[in-house]
Amino acid sequence: MKTYLLPSLKLTAVLIIICSVLYPLLIAGIAKVAPGGGDGVTVSSHGRVVGYENIGQKFTEDKYFWGRPSAVDYNAAGSAGSNKGPSNPDYLATVQARIDTFLVHNPGIKKEQISADLVTASGSGLDPDISIQAAKVQVPRIAKIRNRNEQELYALIDKVKEAPLFGFLGPEKVNVLKLNIELNVK
Amino acid sequence: MNLGTDILGIVIMFTAMVALAIPFGKYIAKVYVGEKTFLDPVFNPIEKFIYKFIGIDPNEEMNWEQHLKTLLTINIIWFPLTMLILMNQDWLPLNPDKIPAMSPDLAFHSTCAFITNCFQQHYSGESGMSYLSQLVIMFSLFFLTPSVTLAAMAVVFNALKERTTEKHGNFYNYYVRSITRILLPVSIITAIIFLFNGMPMTFSGTHTFTSLQGDTVHVARGQVAAFESIKMLGLNGGGYFGVNSAHPFENPNFLTNLIENIFHMLLPIATVFALGFYLKRKKLAWMIFGVMTSWFLLLLIPAVYSELQGNPEITQMGIGNSIGNMEGKEIRFGTAASTFWSITATASMNGAVNSMHDSYMPLAGGMQLLGIMINCLYGGVGTGILGFFVCIILAVFIGSLMIGRTGQFLGKKIGIREIKIAMIITLLHPFLSLAGTALACYFPNLTTPTLNNPGYHGFSEIIYEYTSASSADGSGFEGLGDNTPWWNISCGIIILLGRFLPIIGAVAIAGILASKQYVGDSAGTLKTDNPTFGLMVFSLIFIIAALAFFPALVLGPFAEYFI
Repeated sequence: MKTYLLPSLKLTAVLIIICSVLYPLLIAGIAKVAPGGGDGVTVSSHGRVVGYENIGQKFTEDKYFWGRPSAVDYNAAGSAGSNKGPSNPDYLATVQARIDTFLVHNPGIKKEQISADLVTASGSGLDPDISIQAAKVQVPRIAKIRNRNEQELYALIDKVKEAPLFGFLGPEKVNVLKLNIELNVK
Repeated sequence: MNLGTDILGIVIMFTAMVALAIPFGKYIAKVYVGEKTFLDPVFNPIEKFIYKFIGIDPNEEMNWEQHLKTLLTINIIWFPLTMLILMNQDWLPLNPDKIPAMSPDLAFHSTCAFITNCFQQHYSGESGMSYLSQLVIMFSLFFLTPSVTLAAMAVVFNALKERTTEKHGNFYNYYVRSITRILLPVSIITAIIFLFNGMPMTFSGTHTFTSLQGDTVHVARGQVAAFESIKMLGLNGGGYFGVNSAHPFENPNFLTNLIENIFHMLLPIATVFALGFYLKRKKLAWMIFGVMTSWFLLLLIPAVYSELQGNPEITQMGIGNSIGNMEGKEIRFGTAASTFWSITATASMNGAVNSMHDSYMPLAGGMQLLGIMINCLYGGVGTGILGFFVCIILAVFIGSLMIGRTGQFLGKKIGIREIKIAMIITLLHPFLSLAGTALACYFPNLTTPTLNNPGYHGFSEIIYEYTSASSADGSGFEGLGDNTPWWNISCGIIILLGRFLPIIGAVAIAGILASKQYVGDSAGTLKTDNPTFGLMVFSLIFIIAALAFFPALVLGPFAEYFI
């Protein structure tokens, strides 16, 4: 046993230094020149940090674009999805309730205009994005409350929306926090 | 939404995986053969220093029993070390967020899962692991556990050469080279790409601020970029945060998703080609790749199709359901790329998720389950190709019986002992997964309160948990409230057995074969590198998976699908 134990112990010690000390320190050093300096990329509004570009946050007021439902109420220190199965009756009742609530807050919207991402919880509970349709369907509500022209808000969505990667890979989307910051600019 | 860009996304990903894996496989073969590479001036001094410090001669060759003793010793050291840190992380340094210590049963399960490359997690990273635990345990084991299996794979490759020998290289040498020449350089490159895509890499704790709407928000951070790159390359799959790669810090955009997805399939595919280059039998590698890919597509296509249709129950509610089943998925990846990932990560035993498998439609959930049940498509780092090697031995045996010959693979006669070992380890995985499930169902008062969904779907949560433990995949139907003594202890034991016995078995078979006389192929020998034999292996996998797992699949996802 001793023939194996001693070299293995020494080897483990060396590898801990390489993998757990040198490697992370190297990457943390390089992070200093990366966006956000390795601390995560923040977004500011009126000179104040209001969030992280990638971390979705809760919007419940009618004057803001809403993000997706979150199983953890956008708790960024405890991410989770709902993990509800597709045929679970409780889950389906929750989705139905979300549709009803949405229709109450957005009078004049037809059901089929509601995009599925607005009534289903994201995987992380922190999804920063919504689909373009999910943003557009909220325009009449926000325009009315903020007393703004609908066309102007559609143009805003077009301005903030992000194209697929290289223009042809993956979905088109819009970052809710950035959209709402733009909304506040005027 | 434009589905074309989504589908194109996954076609490009798969093409890129294979295109990268072939040259990478060639490089891996060179590393283990010991041929010169252009990186020698960098790595030779480092490795020399390590060998000198630990006091071994990297050229001293070992027989297969010595290899296994070394492998197990290296793993055993980590057991007490990991337990100790996890149960004392509350007072140890580098704990800015005041994370409490783990309970003994949770620490036992986590330790079993970490030292085996399974990385099944019954805790949530942001509230369950201090920075010290992440750095010392996760970072080191992310490198060391795939290296253990890569080294075991190198032993088997060496043993399969056309000659008769007892000695198959030096285990420490294979092990150290796997880290310095394969895992570390690639991880550094991908970590840098991740940094510039907004992944954090910080030692500061949780950040608290006021959101745009005026709520107080706490954002957990950490050493994510360096963690993520090796988590993918080494197929470790454990999450820094609770939701793994669905978390926007672990996977900020479609580009990082693309890279993470390519890199967790890279080693499993590359090792197949490495076998071909190492043994100079490229046709054999293409046969293996062909069988694996046929199975993979068979799982992938129905899963993607079913998810893109969306949840019919929600369609019935009358809303616009054109973007697919989005429950548990993130907008930045979309339905197609999320489903693709879920199949690659279960086929490759990576076990990282970028969406919640519990919320998939039953057909897709069934395909994810089938991936971890079959366990060698493309399989884990090293273990995938070892598992497939065992399937080949069985197929050779059966095929040779059909044509009335003694089984023979790569010029060596296959004897009774090898077949017995092969059969035992082939049946071990179904046995562990199903016995665990049966026990869990036998004690419903311990297990049913932990289920997150009723009915057939609840049963799927149980069988998924044990199959994932036994196959060292580590993903889960995460609704399961699995941090209880029952789940922690039962899964922990299954993980250990499901990991080490197959590795021991595969190395033993190769070692026994290597010591036999090399007889060479004759005209009557069953050819193993043509499509006919590929079809045989394909069917063998179907028979084993179908006979062993089909009844369980019927009770879980299939019942949910049809009823």
